Amino acid sequence: MLDLVILSAVLVVCMGIVLGLTIGIVAKVFEVKQDERIELVEEELPGANCGGCGFAGCSDFAKAIVGGTATPDQCPVCAEESVEKISKILGLETEPNKVKKVAVVLCGGDKNNAKFEAGYNGINDCKSAVLIGSGVKGCKYGCLGLGTCARACPFNAIEIKNGLAVVHPELCVGCGKCIETCPRNLIKFVPETVRIHVFCNSPEKGPAKKKVCSVACIGCRKCWKNAEENQIIMKGFLARVNYDFPPPPEIVEAAGCPTGCLRRTDGD
Amino acid sequence: MPVTVRLFRGGVHPKEGKELSCSEPIRTAPLLDKYTVILHQHIGAPPKLLVKNKDKVRKGQVIAEKAGFVSASVHSPTSGTVKLVNCHGPAGSHTPAVEITSDGKDEWDDYVKSDPDWEQLDSNECRKRVEQAGIVGMGGAAFPTSVKLSPPADKKIDNLILNGAECEPFLTADHRLMLEEGEKILTGASILGRILGVDKISIGIENNKQDAIDKLRETASKYSVEVIPLRVMYPQGAEKQLIFAITGREVPSGGLPMDAGCVVQNVGTAAAVADAVRERKPLIERVTTVTGKPVCNPGNWKFRIGTPLSKVLELAGGIKKQPAKMLLGGPMMGMAQYSLEVTIMKNASGVLLLDEDEIAQFGSQPCIRCGRCVEACPMSLMPGTLSQMIESEKFDLAEYTNVMDCIECGSCAYVCPALRPLVQHMKRGKAEVIANRK
Repeated sequence: MLDLVILSAVLVVCMGIVLGLTIGIVAKVFEVKQDERIELVEEELPGANCGGCGFAGCSDFAKAIVGGTATPDQCPVCAEESVEKISKILGLETEPNKVKKVAVVLCGGDKNNAKFEAGYNGINDCKSAVLIGSGVKGCKYGCLGLGTCARACPFNAIEIKNGLAVVHPELCVGCGKCIETCPRNLIKFVPETVRIHVFCNSPEKGPAKKKVCSVACIGCRKCWKNAEENQIIMKGFLARVNYDFPPPPEIVEAAGCPTGCLRRTDGD
Repeated sequence: MPVTVRLFRGGVHPKEGKELSCSEPIRTAPLLDKYTVILHQHIGAPPKLLVKNKDKVRKGQVIAEKAGFVSASVHSPTSGTVKLVNCHGPAGSHTPAVEITSDGKDEWDDYVKSDPDWEQLDSNECRKRVEQAGIVGMGGAAFPTSVKLSPPADKKIDNLILNGAECEPFLTADHRLMLEEGEKILTGASILGRILGVDKISIGIENNKQDAIDKLRETASKYSVEVIPLRVMYPQGAEKQLIFAITGREVPSGGLPMDAGCVVQNVGTAAAVADAVRERKPLIERVTTVTGKPVCNPGNWKFRIGTPLSKVLELAGGIKKQPAKMLLGGPMMGMAQYSLEVTIMKNASGVLLLDEDEIAQFGSQPCIRCGRCVEACPMSLMPGTLSQMIESEKFDLAEYTNVMDCIECGSCAYVCPALRPLVQHMKRGKAEVIANRK
């Protein structure tokens, strides 16, 4: 009996040695040389695999950076210091002052402010809801508030507040995933530094908009008159902030928007 | 004569609800002060407006002219003064319309007079009259009839099928029309047959309308039309299902009835064709069923096109209690409405009010893979699988699995024990596939 135990133990140890050696030799012979910088770069990337850079996830992007087909600042999520670190790993010069862009939903019509013409009990998805009578909201340009964009956001930066999608700029990293999901094209990319927006996207005439929403831009031009030239752009009955040349935040008080659709996003 | 009762594959049989209005004879609605005629009432290009504000028009005058091959003209339902407005369309959004304030005279335009020599007309002239009358498919699809009557030369049409199935629950408009104006339908059928150059004309009727079958059989042989009873099953009145039940032919995937050598017309359309050719009357009125439990006096009415739903319900004696849903069309495929401003259009086969306990509440629970939707689907699709593909946005896969063949009949959602909103998923999938193809 004891013999048998000793024999088995010796056999297992021998097998272990032989197989271990084989693996060692094979690993040496067939070794794949990988640029160690890829791993270092990947460590600096956020690892959210959001796809905002246009590559299939962070590790694919890291390969592209090292391979020279992409630049580190293509990542919309990376903080500036990560970009610097990556550049240092690769020995590249960084371009300073990259302005981070965030998403904003240009509609202010929540359940209290906007008129809903009918009840909707279909699929809880904006893209399905617009197929039925182009949505039940009175305004045919406003946010439907069913949260298709919020579900698409990998960073939970969009919240549905009282039937209206609201982007939290501090959580938004600017990957742009929400933009293509909105059937109304309401979500726009804006520089993070600009915290003043006209929360309306309806090209209709003022009185028509007023009928269906109490916070619509009625095209009164008060903000336009109070701003310097080109800071606010008027498109028919719709005012737009010029994001390349934004008006100062004080304009909100100065203009006194009668419907309150010109608002600041900080401080509330 | 042997009783042949034919059927297609799949389908469901919801509660019929036809007893509410099937014995009510068709009543003609009185002349109203105001009609709001929506311009774009059909599938295809919107027509070109011919009138302007404050114009005087006469009954039957063209107010918007057919623009393009797939399009239809729209006529004034009475004589009066024109005002251009935007009104609630049945699809929810506002749409251009012409409001006609009646002058009370209700005078026909000069061209509308009966033509004693209509039987001598050749097929081109008949087709032209159908086109001028602005006739569209009156079963619900609103496809311009003149287009169906002009098949391309390489498609051989040998079968004309009249659709008297009326498989939608609650609706009885076609049933009453067949009982009361059977002769007109059969005349229309023979005119349509002459235009298409076919000798085989059949009319399919579900055998829950035995009185209509008997009534039409009395005179059908005179017009060489064969009356074919069909088994009661929804959607028996869908074009492809009807063709299969009557001829045994299958319309190829993505094809039209003409690919199977058939043309299908609703019985209401046939009656309108008879009016258009014999009396040169344009399509300005239609038979519509006003029904549902909350309606005081359900019945069948001949309404002029442009009658607002508020008047429709007033004529039906008003409502007994607050309905939970108002539909234009039947309960399976009808469109829910939220405004009484919506007006009767050429394809409004019914106005249906439903009670709280009669409407479906979708829960969108997970599919339990019971396969009942597959059994029910008359197009042999897999609605459950397709809906999961569409939910996960795999539209290319859905296209490959033939989502475009879905006729949106609603049979799958009707049988689904998990209360999944399958038809809405299909609609979304079809819309995405069409958008991707562009």
